[in-house]
Amino acid sequence: MKRSLHLFLSSLLGSLRDLLPIVLVIAFFQLFVLEQTPDHLLQIFIGLIFVILGLTFFIFGLEQGLFPIGESMAHAFANKGSAFWLLTFAFALGFGTTIAEPALIAVADEASAVASQAGLIENSEQAMENYANGLRYTVALSVGVAISLGVLRILLNWPIHYMIMVGYIMVIVMTGFAPDEIIGIAYDSGGVTTSTITVPLVTALGIGLASSISGRNPMVDGFGLIAFASLLPIVFVLAYGMIV
Amino acid sequence: MQVLQDLPALLLSTFFDILPIALIIFGFQFLVIRKRIKHLKKVLMGMFYVLIGITFFLLGLEEALFPIGRTMAAQLTNPLFLESVRISVGELQWTDYYWVYVFAFAVGAGTTIAEPALIAVAMKAHEVSGGAIGVFGLRVAVAIGVAVGLALGTYRIVTGFPMHYFIISGYIIVVVQTYFAPKLIVPLAYDSGGVTTSTVTVPLVAALGLGLAETVPGRSALLDGFGLIAFASLCPMISVMAYAQLSEFKNRPHRIHN
Repeated sequence: MKRSLHLFLSSLLGSLRDLLPIVLVIAFFQLFVLEQTPDHLLQIFIGLIFVILGLTFFIFGLEQGLFPIGESMAHAFANKGSAFWLLTFAFALGFGTTIAEPALIAVADEASAVASQAGLIENSEQAMENYANGLRYTVALSVGVAISLGVLRILLNWPIHYMIMVGYIMVIVMTGFAPDEIIGIAYDSGGVTTSTITVPLVTALGIGLASSISGRNPMVDGFGLIAFASLLPIVFVLAYGMIV
Repeated sequence: MQVLQDLPALLLSTFFDILPIALIIFGFQFLVIRKRIKHLKKVLMGMFYVLIGITFFLLGLEEALFPIGRTMAAQLTNPLFLESVRISVGELQWTDYYWVYVFAFAVGAGTTIAEPALIAVAMKAHEVSGGAIGVFGLRVAVAIGVAVGLALGTYRIVTGFPMHYFIISGYIIVVVQTYFAPKLIVPLAYDSGGVTTSTVTVPLVAALGLGLAETVPGRSALLDGFGLIAFASLCPMISVMAYAQLSEFKNRPHRIHN
């Protein structure tokens, strides 16, 4: 009991340190550049305490829950030896975590507004909603494919940098053909897909797989899943923009 | 107390965010793997901690950081403020937005250090590399990348250069670096692009991008407001590989010519 309390307090201190830079940045700009003191100081203070507590709980939960389950499932799939189920799981994880992602829903709604203003689609509620939903499914599909592709890479030992370069070439070529309005959204969609829960799970999955297959180095083969999950949405969204 | 009023609703919405993930994990666990989870109680407790952690984290951000960050983004891009700090005469030049670039840089670095997903990846990298990669060192390298990326991104919005030139140049730098950087770091560096932009960074950055695109003459919020996140995901790849190259260079035994 005493030990876990000590552990909790020291990670609390760590979270405090993590938060310090952004607090200093905001304080500096408030006091010296904008020359004002923010309102609701008490509310801000309480908010900061919640942020610090939240970060501490999250890191605690990572080590107890998300990391172990991700790795134990990777080991179990590797022992089972069924590539089909592993790839299905990878796809489900990518698709399922992305489709409900709040950041993605927000971006898709904005994108539909852009598209209707640019005259790509009809200026009606219905058309915009269809466009936004289509975009969401496109991105979720791309993340599902990306995680499966990344897992396949670990299984077959393909070199990651060639795959990433092929992705880059596709992005560059497709940028030339896609409508201008979609390009900014497509490039951004790579960044919004990977959420706070997905990243630790997917990382643990990759590292667990790489360490349970002989001849793989967890450092070289375990990482890289997130990279696919941030590149492939760009390709898929550019394609979506070209087709719709 | 506003905080406590918002707590139940937020807890519920975070729960529904985590639910599909939990369903996928336990569905596969019971139907496909068909083995009991080791330390099930501990794992469930861990997931519960994650739920609580994310809820508190988001709640605190909504109460403290986001409103003030959004207000500041609006204030810094306000024409009246720009007029008062300008250094050129005549029409506003791109150099007059210097506080915006500094703010983008500083906010990028500050929020990245506090980004939970990055902490998770850094912890794993530290463990897997046997301690060769420091948790804090990696996070600082990524933070510098995000900072430079956002400063560049705001500069692009102000000047109106087409975004794909920047992104394609970035890709070329990544490809060249891939050949020279230590092989062990490459996949981790590629990953670090995606993990930087989640909970903390995106809302603040989106406010800054939209604020800029709305106030800079000749920009459209809808067309130019996007794109900052792309910069923030590209530059960390470059900075993480550069960090590995620098540490390799420093640790290389010196060859002395006599």
